[in-house]
Amino acid sequence: MAEQKRYPAKPKKAYFFATCLVDLLYPEAGLAGMQLIRREGVEVIFPQDQTCCGQPAWNSGYRDEAREVALRQLACFTDNYPIVVPSGSCAGMMRHHYPEMFRERADQASIEAFSSRVYELTEFLVHVLKIELKDLGKPIKVALHTSCSARREMGVADEHEALLKQLSKVELMTQARKEECCGFGGTFAVKQPAISAEMVSDKANAIADTGADLLVSGDCGCLMNIGGHLDYRDAAIEHRHIASFIWERTHATEG
Amino acid sequence: MQQRVDFHSRIEQALGNPQLKASLRSAMDGLMANRKACFPDADALEALRLRGAQIRANALSKLPQLLLQLEQRCTQNGIRVHWAESVDEANGIVLGIMREHQAELLIKGKSMVSEEMDLNRFLEAQGIECLESDLGEYILQLAGEPPSHIVAPAIHKTRQDIARLFKEKFPDIPYSDDVDTLTRNARGILRKKFYAASAGLSGVNFAVAESGTLCLVENEGNGRMCTTVPPVHIAVTGIEKVVEKLAHVPPLLKLLTRSATGQHITTYFNMISGPRRTGEKDGPKEVHLVLLDNGRSRIYEDNELVNTLRCIRCGACMNHCPIYTRIGGHAYGTTIPGPIGSILEPQKAGLDNLGELPVASTLCGACAEVCPVRIPIPTLLNRLRYERIRSDHDGATHGQGSGRTRKEAAIWKAWSWLHRSPVRYRLALTLATRLRKILPLGLGPWTRVRKPPRIAAKNLHRRAREEGFNDR
Repeated sequence: MAEQKRYPAKPKKAYFFATCLVDLLYPEAGLAGMQLIRREGVEVIFPQDQTCCGQPAWNSGYRDEAREVALRQLACFTDNYPIVVPSGSCAGMMRHHYPEMFRERADQASIEAFSSRVYELTEFLVHVLKIELKDLGKPIKVALHTSCSARREMGVADEHEALLKQLSKVELMTQARKEECCGFGGTFAVKQPAISAEMVSDKANAIADTGADLLVSGDCGCLMNIGGHLDYRDAAIEHRHIASFIWERTHATEG
Repeated sequence: MQQRVDFHSRIEQALGNPQLKASLRSAMDGLMANRKACFPDADALEALRLRGAQIRANALSKLPQLLLQLEQRCTQNGIRVHWAESVDEANGIVLGIMREHQAELLIKGKSMVSEEMDLNRFLEAQGIECLESDLGEYILQLAGEPPSHIVAPAIHKTRQDIARLFKEKFPDIPYSDDVDTLTRNARGILRKKFYAASAGLSGVNFAVAESGTLCLVENEGNGRMCTTVPPVHIAVTGIEKVVEKLAHVPPLLKLLTRSATGQHITTYFNMISGPRRTGEKDGPKEVHLVLLDNGRSRIYEDNELVNTLRCIRCGACMNHCPIYTRIGGHAYGTTIPGPIGSILEPQKAGLDNLGELPVASTLCGACAEVCPVRIPIPTLLNRLRYERIRSDHDGATHGQGSGRTRKEAAIWKAWSWLHRSPVRYRLALTLATRLRKILPLGLGPWTRVRKPPRIAAKNLHRRAREEGFNDR
């Protein structure tokens, strides 16, 4: 359960942390997130020295390696601005696991101060920017998969839904067992491929059963997993990061 | 290595069994829905879970002293207390009691600690018959299988499986796959055995230190029969099951039954405080309590891993686990399966034996979300992954470093080298982007059921610069 969080007033500036998956594979999702924030009158800073939050190594037990990489990120976001992350998983890492990672090590207080500035993108849009969306798109049926870390670690499942519900022409479809993990789990998908395949296939079935035209998620790990499987099946369901989807539907010059 | 091979082949076997898949899915869906219906108020549930966690953490923080108090109070109540450091010792104690009474038949209520001891096999090798009286356990004893779930041990079997098994074992009884008929038949067979048995065995759900009371939660009444009908009652339990006060039992009981089966209360709740007293008409003449360590005090030593011992064995973590639901309990190859088993069992048997279990998780957190005593299971899985590959040894956890391979360690070293330098990282990004048409992405297992992701023509670092987003 996420703790009750207090949100600051709209800041003048905000940092954006890409995450390595978005950086390499889904840059349009990161850009869309940055544009959404900028459209609300907040200057977005993208430190060019950022790399990865360190989660892959941390979850594989390679703690020293994870810490070395995490320390580099701490050095990129030194000013007292919010740090917005387009992923529940990486945001959860930086918000909840960094303090654990550096427990009884470096300057605990400064790590905690850093972590308390970390926001998952949808919670930042909803609670800090209090964004209001005007849907310019055509009617569409959308299924939402909220990542386990967005749901359980960051507690932002409602924020994902709230944003989609602001879009008047979007019909939000609810798949069976929507809270269940899609089977990605980082290296899990490679270390336990058979179980992972079973899980993603069940997830894809549940999504297909809703009749949705499109799958959206706030996490690229899940998108890569479920979307990759839907494509493998040649299913007629597209997949998009929630930031890209919202930007595309609310951006005036977009078709 | 053998364990790894076995684990993987058991997983493949489970995944290749569509009937198992269907049974598990519907059973787990039912158990999850039942639990949910029992906890309509989220705030009240959180408050109760917090209370449960505090009670268990409190008991563990004073464990040595509470165990001594438990021994003293039990002894005052006329319960004979035995300490067993190992499974062998515990089995020896039970055997000694049986021999003392020339007992030839032990009738058993459900006890996961007796499974941990592999007691049935041990006693049977000594010529003593063991009979499971919990219906699920009885079915499995007939089938010659271990339990696949700690609360619903035969959950992997369908009604028809059980009907066929009964027909095979009891050809004289007409075939029926009607649940009530099957239950009635089993009851008929078992009932006579309760009178014949010279000793009954049970587990313990909570052992209360201040009063020397053994609490036993059950639904079938067989637990009460096992602990009252035969002249000798032997209770076996792990040393972590102690709680400080009687007042601590109601919140834990509330959490246990609701989390396990979605019941507000079980059909039976037994509070055993000693053998039959003068003037009483029933109850055993002797009550024994066997307290088993078997690696628990080693787990106790670690400030973080000690939280493993908070567990009250409700099984909610398995019911909500997407992996347990796919592979079932047998695939784990341990006494306790599922998420709690994946943290508990490797600590007991060593990461060299069961180190694969903590790795076989997506860390989705469904287990921790429902755990009635708030065990941070994903955090502990992560910790054990670290223990498994760490290169320094402080000797705290069995099998430390046993999963470290030179290849994997080198990969993570290289990963860190790349990601801790912005220059190297950006260079690699650019290179990957340039070579995106020829780079193989997500080879092997990933692409078996997925299209590989595509590297974008421009990475976000570059697009951020181009779109005028400042660096600082």
